[in-house]
Amino acid sequence: MLESLLAFGGLVLLRDSVEWEGRSLLKALIKKSALRGEQVHILGCEVSEEEFREGFDSDVNRRLIYHDLFRDPLNWSKTGEAPPGGPLEALRALCRRTVPGPVTIAVDSLSWLLLRFPCTALCQSLYALSQQDSSRGDSSPGEPVRVLGLLHEELHGPGPLGALSSLAQTEVTLSGTMGQASAHILYRRPQQRPARQTQWFAILPDFSLDLQGGPPLESQPHPDPHTPPADPTTHLTFNLHLSKKEREAKDSLTLPFHFSSEKQQALLRPGPAQATSRIFYEPDAYDDLDQEDPDDDLDV
Amino acid sequence: MFSELSNLLNTSPDKVEQGKLTLLCDVKTDGSFLVHHFLSFYLKAHCKVCFVALTQSFSHYNIVGQKLGVSLTIARERGQLVFLEGLKSAMDIFFRPQEEPHPLQFLREASAGNLQPLYEFVQDALKPVANGEAAWRCPVLLVDDLSVLLSLGVGAVAVLDFIHYCRATVCWEWKGNIVALVHDSGDTEDEENDILLNGLSHQSHLILRAEGLATGFCKDVHGQLSVLWRRPLQPTSQRDQSLTYQYKIQDKNVSFFAKGMSPAVL
Repeated sequence: MLESLLAFGGLVLLRDSVEWEGRSLLKALIKKSALRGEQVHILGCEVSEEEFREGFDSDVNRRLIYHDLFRDPLNWSKTGEAPPGGPLEALRALCRRTVPGPVTIAVDSLSWLLLRFPCTALCQSLYALSQQDSSRGDSSPGEPVRVLGLLHEELHGPGPLGALSSLAQTEVTLSGTMGQASAHILYRRPQQRPARQTQWFAILPDFSLDLQGGPPLESQPHPDPHTPPADPTTHLTFNLHLSKKEREAKDSLTLPFHFSSEKQQALLRPGPAQATSRIFYEPDAYDDLDQEDPDDDLDV
Repeated sequence: MFSELSNLLNTSPDKVEQGKLTLLCDVKTDGSFLVHHFLSFYLKAHCKVCFVALTQSFSHYNIVGQKLGVSLTIARERGQLVFLEGLKSAMDIFFRPQEEPHPLQFLREASAGNLQPLYEFVQDALKPVANGEAAWRCPVLLVDDLSVLLSLGVGAVAVLDFIHYCRATVCWEWKGNIVALVHDSGDTEDEENDILLNGLSHQSHLILRAEGLATGFCKDVHGQLSVLWRRPLQPTSQRDQSLTYQYKIQDKNVSFFAKGMSPAVL
């Protein structure tokens, strides 16, 4: 599913953490769409253009258009490179670009924008971006605009995170164990239950995706990728199954409480032991033997 | 400079990595030994250092520096070290005309706005000189510590903006390094500090996190240091990104050992 993320369109949210950074995955997805011949706009707030383009070959780099908000986003250096209306205006300006063909817009990162601008303004801009193909009359209607947004999860409260995730068509949450990265993908299909999948992956140095297999697509609410369902009968100290021989031995055994006709006969027939048995009782010298009838007072 | 720490980080004054942001962070312990390490390390590596010291006086750093084999006084005279002594400058600012720019200008403003004056101070201090007689290797910005700025009323985003501009100028344009200390508030929920710490963590290449022992004070083990290299997601074989050691601070040195392997225990 990770490889087909780009087919969905709409807003794709990449949620990363300090331990599991998502910029590599973002770059891998950008490379993928660039190789499909799409034009890729990158709104770069967190790293320099050189650092972002590092690792891509010239063919990919040619298709990338980097809008640099890293060097002077707040116009402190007065180089004149700052976007005239601020970074959010730069994002809105991307909506108005008229280029034929499918377009991918990558925002690196939404967290940077979210910390500095109101959540509502950012959400409106993102909504306008992902809806632009339908609003723009001249473009062919079948071409979706994909928006890839990198989001650092720890930086935001549940409110903004919830607002962004409700806008997103697809959410990819990065995590991992033992040095192996995994992506938890939530894909909201129109008028269907959302599909969830967890995929293990690695990013190769040339930013191609290396999928490492994972559980098949499942629509259960909470598939847990970290603990594959273990067979509880593997390490038992006792035997759950019987061999053929054991089963025969078991079947041939008569249970002690089983009342059979032989048993009945044995009980009915007075055996020799019954005739010879007798009770011997020798009273002790100090035994307190009561001669009276203990039931004397009873009216019997 | 603590040679054991340099070995752990696989660096030495001869081979200094460039363009990196290192985040130092301490939780329920004092992580200032890391600041002293990086100060003496970069001075020994012949880097031009701008030290924004907001927690201690110059003489304090100088005395510790001398124990570690560097003299801050000499470095400052030679022009290698630019020292912003926050404790003193904070007083200066009230006895000068308001028009004169001052790095800690925000102290005078009713609502602490941005840290642009501080950034301009750093920029002036580290700007490469075209034909200076002393050619320093690369510029380094050292901040001790950023949490103080929050306590002085600056917002977390303003501090992040300051570091953003320093990264763009020092790390990217001049291929230098930044080292900054931030306290981790731990369990106490300090929202601003968490934003600052997490925001910086996402931008840094290396995170050194000093923690006090969970079991409390110990005479022979002073805490543990976790080292996290933030590298791109690569196949498993190339990633050994996180390591944890315990340490003991001695008079002139810090010894590091694997968890539970203190010489006092074995």
